[in-house]
Amino acid sequence: MDVAIVGIGIHPFGRTPERTGLQQGAYAARLALKDAGVEWKDMQFGFGGSASAGSADALVNELGLTGLPFINVANGCATGGSSLLSAYNAIKSGEYDIGLVSGFDKHDRGAFNADPKELGIGEWYGETGMMMTTQFFAMKIQRYMDMYNISKDTLAKVAEKAFINGSKNPNAWRRDPIALEEIANALMISDPLTKYMFCAPGEGGVGLVLCRADKAKQYNDNPIYLKGAAFRSRRYGSFEVFAPSQALEQVDGPTVDASKAAFEMAGVGPKDIDVLQLQDTESGAEIMHMAENGFCEHGEQEQLINSGATQINGSMPINTDGGCLANGEPIGATGLRQVYETCLQLRHQAGDHQVPNEPQLGYTHVYGAPGISAVTVLQR
Amino acid sequence: MSTQLPIAEGLFTWPSENPALLGSRCQSCGIADFPVKKSCMACGSEDVTTEELPRRGKLWTWTIQGFMPKRPYKSDETMETFRPYGVGYVELPGAICVESRLVENTPEQLKIGMEMELVVDTFRHDEDGNEVVSFAFKAV
Ligand SMILES: [Zn+2]
Repeated sequence: MDVAIVGIGIHPFGRTPERTGLQQGAYAARLALKDAGVEWKDMQFGFGGSASAGSADALVNELGLTGLPFINVANGCATGGSSLLSAYNAIKSGEYDIGLVSGFDKHDRGAFNADPKELGIGEWYGETGMMMTTQFFAMKIQRYMDMYNISKDTLAKVAEKAFINGSKNPNAWRRDPIALEEIANALMISDPLTKYMFCAPGEGGVGLVLCRADKAKQYNDNPIYLKGAAFRSRRYGSFEVFAPSQALEQVDGPTVDASKAAFEMAGVGPKDIDVLQLQDTESGAEIMHMAENGFCEHGEQEQLINSGATQINGSMPINTDGGCLANGEPIGATGLRQVYETCLQLRHQAGDHQVPNEPQLGYTHVYGAPGISAVTVLQR
Repeated sequence: MSTQLPIAEGLFTWPSENPALLGSRCQSCGIADFPVKKSCMACGSEDVTTEELPRRGKLWTWTIQGFMPKRPYKSDETMETFRPYGVGYVELPGAICVESRLVENTPEQLKIGMEMELVVDTFRHDEDGNEVVSFAFKAV
């Protein structure tokens, strides 16, 4: 049974003091239901997640107590992708015809601070100042830049593009472009990454209504089909966050494995994709993820970025809504924001940030701690 | 006279004239791990032994921590006295890459591939005034 996305809804990302995270999730869910022309009572199941804004299944208190099965999903930054995959499988199995996927969050200001105990690491690791996601990303791109001869200018260019794209997206948090020099010369957070090269924890919500592909046209003239969806965790030897040690011999990370699996399911390859969203927790991540998802060879990124390929009008438009850099990262919502944006693009309804030439195939990728990736291939 | 206490038991040999980090070695597949674990991260075998890791290695990657982390970070510093610190992975030959604070704390001092060696020294003081000892690597 193929699966389609027939309803999409978003609550603007950023800071919304007047609404809780849960209310932002409900707001997005209501828009998604309306978009599909259905009611909450029509939903046969729900999957959702939030890291800091309560249990997603509490959405039923906002939307109505209909008795449906609603399951909380928690998978770090890949929570949204994991919720989507759960719904995809629930429909694909033939068990359900239609259901809701939800992701929302509301985080405190400042960097995430993690607790070593939750990951089975000794207290000393946090106490000595090594348990920082920012450090991990900086160390990963530092080595990558050294191996593949990528310059610091390229890091700044990725952030510059994100803020330009965000300025065209009414739901983005950061809506003002920032000059390249300002990005490059901003406060150094963790060498080589400055403060504008990192995304910040934020707020937002996304809802999606999924249904059996053969019933999709009943709900929407413009259904978007899930042609591939895959989730993978790390293998021994991939370079991951919150690891007091790393293997001497490196292997491909979970992104490479999830990407290959999703492309194989979809029966298409990276060259066929017209618009793509890649996890950009910081600008180095977008660069590394271009290659890890198969869109170029390692080391080709600098030339592609300099040529404008990754811009909205380019041959490989990446993070057309501004990505995490311009939208911030509400953990539960971020993977679904990518899917929301890709559906808009494939419906040709993205307005000022629309990719030209009527894109037909889209791609999303979320990556999160402690080394997991979720990928989708979407088709008009 | 204050006492020196290791930040965690079993992380490195202590007290010791010449401290070394302690790792585990899988007797089934041969891979090393740090810190010591009860099973192997690669194959899941519980047949692991503890060994001293090499004291010297090469810098595998690095960064500089530019701001004072929130808890669980626990040092003697205040926002006013905080100084950026280096962090990196050091490749210990035949064993594993170990994440560590680095004595060097500016980008100019650090280069991937440079030789580093283990140092063990006071990291902070505890509530009773004891010296809490931790490990770092410094350029040779
Ligand atoms: Zn083993």
